Amino acid sequence: MVDQTSANGPARPGPLREFWHYFRENRGAVFGFWYFVGFVFCAAFAPWLSPYDPTEQFRTFILQPPVWQEGGSWAFPLGTDPLGRDMLSRLISGSRYSFFVGIVVVSISASSGIILGLLSGFAPRWLDSIIMRVMDVILAFPSLLLALVLVAILGPSLTNAMIAIAIVLQPHFVRLTRASVLAERQKDYVTSARVAGAGLRRLMFVTVLPNCLAPIIVQGALSFSTAILDAAALGFLGMGAQPPTPEWGTMLAESREFILRAWWVVTLPGLVILVTVLAINLMGDGLRDALDPKLKRS
Amino acid sequence: MSHPVVSARGLQRFYDVKEGFLSKPRILRALSGIDFDLHPGKTLAIVGESGCGKSTLARLVTMIEQPTAGTLMIEGKEVQPSDWASLRKSVQIVFQDPYGSLNPRQRISAILMEPLVINRPDMSAEERDAKAREMLALVGLRPEHYERYPHMFSGGQRQRISIARALMLSPKILVLDEPVSALDVSIQSQILNLLVELQDRLGLAYLFISHDLSVVRHFADDVIVMYLGRAVERASKDALFAHPRHPYSKALLSTTPRADPEAKRERIKLEGELPSPLDDLPGCAFAPRCWLARDSCRAQRPQLEGDDHQVACFHPL
Repeated sequence: MVDQTSANGPARPGPLREFWHYFRENRGAVFGFWYFVGFVFCAAFAPWLSPYDPTEQFRTFILQPPVWQEGGSWAFPLGTDPLGRDMLSRLISGSRYSFFVGIVVVSISASSGIILGLLSGFAPRWLDSIIMRVMDVILAFPSLLLALVLVAILGPSLTNAMIAIAIVLQPHFVRLTRASVLAERQKDYVTSARVAGAGLRRLMFVTVLPNCLAPIIVQGALSFSTAILDAAALGFLGMGAQPPTPEWGTMLAESREFILRAWWVVTLPGLVILVTVLAINLMGDGLRDALDPKLKRS
Repeated sequence: MSHPVVSARGLQRFYDVKEGFLSKPRILRALSGIDFDLHPGKTLAIVGESGCGKSTLARLVTMIEQPTAGTLMIEGKEVQPSDWASLRKSVQIVFQDPYGSLNPRQRISAILMEPLVINRPDMSAEERDAKAREMLALVGLRPEHYERYPHMFSGGQRQRISIARALMLSPKILVLDEPVSALDVSIQSQILNLLVELQDRLGLAYLFISHDLSVVRHFADDVIVMYLGRAVERASKDALFAHPRHPYSKALLSTTPRADPEAKRERIKLEGELPSPLDDLPGCAFAPRCWLARDSCRAQRPQLEGDDHQVACFHPL
């Protein structure tokens, strides 16, 4: 048969290998990916990696500079803070909080956002309008301000900060899911599932959702960095993690008065936040390119 | 004559179209009344240009949408939205676009078994699997295709998979919504031969929707020509192709390419555009483009009349 020959061409590589092939072309994304792997490693093994307990105070070594500067020593490679705590240990332990914030915020906001987005994509027009207008209202607030207000209502703590950030980030998932659902719903395979008698729940989760996942995964990766940044900002403003928790934003806030005397106390946490967020964003960009079939050349 | 498996009387489907924020919604008459009977083992072709309501008819017969008015009988029972679930097994559809009609994230095995999973919870997983493999062989695909994904197949193969999926529930009626118009001509004939073979074997009734008259000529038993939501002519295939009586049918036939350079051809070029389905014209919808139209055509709408060869025209050819 003529129309059967094309399926016998050279075997296609597995989906994972194909993904890696496209992902590898973007150097920034690969850097982001390996940085992220290191970040996860630090977060997972923080108690074993950090030389000291992050809250232990060495009163004789207050504000010791990093090892490469005059007065530094290998005992505290990145120096100490105003209470004599080891900066390196605090930064490593801080990765735990940041990672935790990222994971929790992304899973809360993505799962609720996907469900709301699917609902509004399939719902009658009035329900769709209600959901989307509520999301528009949330989007209309400056995100940090809204998170700040929510934390002020709930009370300052890392948990409440995570809830607030999740609420702020969730409309992006709703919009994205709804848009993909509306595009996919038009396609014939959805109609044919309906003709086969598929119920609404089956249509939503089995037929349509798997085909909408690529942009949502990318949004998840980008939200991860936003969550870390927002948590740090809330910490800096005193509304997130409370001292002595070694959270990066809180560390920044505690040490701002030493900015002229001891640059490392302020610069190092800020730098770590910057590089982490940058790396995750680069990885997210790479994910988007690798998962978008339109950008594939073959 | 056997009882029809599908019969429609005065089937209509209107849509409300909103044009602006405050303006009153207007009514779009996609299908403004059509009657037909479809008998088991027969093929009824619906032809007409884009926008004449062919696909809307397919959506009504497959119970994706509810008719605005009129009755639809399937296997002698009048269709109510409450019986849709039980009637799904009798009517299935094959779509035009082979690239959009298969879920890209499902394997062929899952695509074929899905109708059974939904409608036949009594079947065991082994039975479903056996039935799906059997169906794959029936449509001329090989066993090794069973665990592949849709993107690994060509258009013709995908259309075979669509047909196999439609047949999984052993339907009596298959709605074919331009099943070959997206395919190469060489592949078209293979798919059409497959459909003919399946019809003989399984006694299926086909509602064949097409704009391609050369395909219809080889495939159909009866033909309905539609124009702007209404039937303008209904006849057996032979009668229609030998002697079209409605001017529109004649114009449509004259544009079909034929592989005979010697034959003298008289191509009728239609002037003007299809009237908007938003306007409810009082007269014959074809009158603005018809070279035989008179004042009476614009004032009054002709009804479908005749015995075997029905035509809706005051001045039939």
